[in-house]
Amino acid sequence: MATIVSPLPGIFYRKPGPGKPPFANEGDTIEVGQTLGIIEIMKQFTEIQSDVAGTLESFEVNEGDMVNPGDAIVVVREG
Amino acid sequence: MKKLLIANRGEIAVRIARTAREMGIETLLVASEPDAESLAALSADNVVVVGPAPAPASYLNQDAIIAAALDNGCDAVHPGYGFLSENAVFARKVADAGLIWVGPNADAIEMMGNKSMARESARKAGVPVLRGSDGPLEPAADAVDVARGIGYPLVVKASAGGGGRGIRFVQSEDELLATIEMARGEAASVFGDPTVYLERFVQHARHVEVQVLGDGKSFIHLGDRDCSMQRRSQKVMEEAPAPDLPDGVRQTIRESSVELARECGYSGAGTVEFLYDPVNQEAAFIEMNTRIQVEHPITEQITGIDLIREQLLIAFTGAMSFSQDDVKFSGHAIECRINAEDPDNNFFPSPGLITAMQWPSGVGIRVDTGVEAGSTVSPYYDSMLAKLIVHADTRESAIEAMLAALDETRIEGVKTTIPVHKRLLGRPEFAAVSHHSKFIETVADLMGAK
Repeated sequence: MATIVSPLPGIFYRKPGPGKPPFANEGDTIEVGQTLGIIEIMKQFTEIQSDVAGTLESFEVNEGDMVNPGDAIVVVREG
Repeated sequence: MKKLLIANRGEIAVRIARTAREMGIETLLVASEPDAESLAALSADNVVVVGPAPAPASYLNQDAIIAAALDNGCDAVHPGYGFLSENAVFARKVADAGLIWVGPNADAIEMMGNKSMARESARKAGVPVLRGSDGPLEPAADAVDVARGIGYPLVVKASAGGGGRGIRFVQSEDELLATIEMARGEAASVFGDPTVYLERFVQHARHVEVQVLGDGKSFIHLGDRDCSMQRRSQKVMEEAPAPDLPDGVRQTIRESSVELARECGYSGAGTVEFLYDPVNQEAAFIEMNTRIQVEHPITEQITGIDLIREQLLIAFTGAMSFSQDDVKFSGHAIECRINAEDPDNNFFPSPGLITAMQWPSGVGIRVDTGVEAGSTVSPYYDSMLAKLIVHADTRESAIEAMLAALDETRIEGVKTTIPVHKRLLGRPEFAAVSHHSKFIETVADLMGAK
């Protein structure tokens, strides 16, 4: 299992915008560099990308939650 | 006594509350939960918490704001800038609720919000416009033919865009059709309207703008400003009057902006923005902002006129307090936007607790701040903390005074853009007015990229 953590503080979103489908869902096959969500801080957006390949096991934060640097965002089952 | 609802936060909410108090108008601030004890909340006479931190639940929550106004016996709503200030639907709801909207009516907001309609109104009023598709590029039109008439390079702009958003660059004909298609798709998904138009692209343009006021009967200007120091189309530093502008150009943009206001029967404060091409000494219309601008204090400093007071007078009495002949210009003013960003790390946002704050003082120095020591800078909102404004006899002395004022400013706990302002003010290009709206991005040591 690999945990993708937030490198920065901000608000976590799974979707690129309101009414849009999520970047990724539980059970999806994930590639290295794939965008899993975005963190908004003061109107600037940073994509959260996977640094491993595998299957998306779970999201550790909810849509719209506040995160701090180092907080777990997503767990990926490697392979 | 009149009662005014302030539908904003930060420095502009503090600013509006200050003038309202001077005029004997009671204020009610609507705030989000984390802003309940902000400097703006302390500045207003009353505070109502309308929702949690995310703006859609609080500062953009139209029904909650109108309910707060009605429940608390307010007469009028001042939207400030950003948030709901250029939202025609909200302006209409406010009026329909029997409240006074401090700004132009919803029709004027709507018209200026549609960038191709705005361009067409500007052209009719005699405002110089860039060569372009004169209205929307019809899906059936021969885009290649239209583009040849405009010339390259050009930009494809979303009609519903603005503020630097929804713009795509086209260097040559082979990129044209694919770019238009992409721009239409993007405009449809981002702005909900696929309409685009074409406009000539000006290399190394400066950004100049004219402050106008109207009360539906008379229409005047309060001079011009230059806002060419921008980063990613966001203004960083502004000055008034615009330096190094030929007299003929200055006269044209001022007078035609007044004509545009007259054409719309404009009521309130507005800003007509222009691109200025220093090589060909030509100005061309960009857009009109139908609200108070962030940089309005530099106009106040060189005219001695309180723009918020005029907005409130126009809204409450239907008339402004002076005519064009009463407007006298004096000296030069500069404004630096102090943002909670790290200029040595690509302007990365820097929220957190402000542990210490010390502002400069002295003749010609003005500070419009939304925070104080002990304030927490929230990750939920814009990074602008405050505006530092200086006014002096000449541009040279204003630059010196601003450098001294920045040296005297101390903000601890969060990173700020103060260092980048010092670098900008010390640049020979700024002194020579050879900078342009992409200048910051082209100078590596200003960007501080690691």
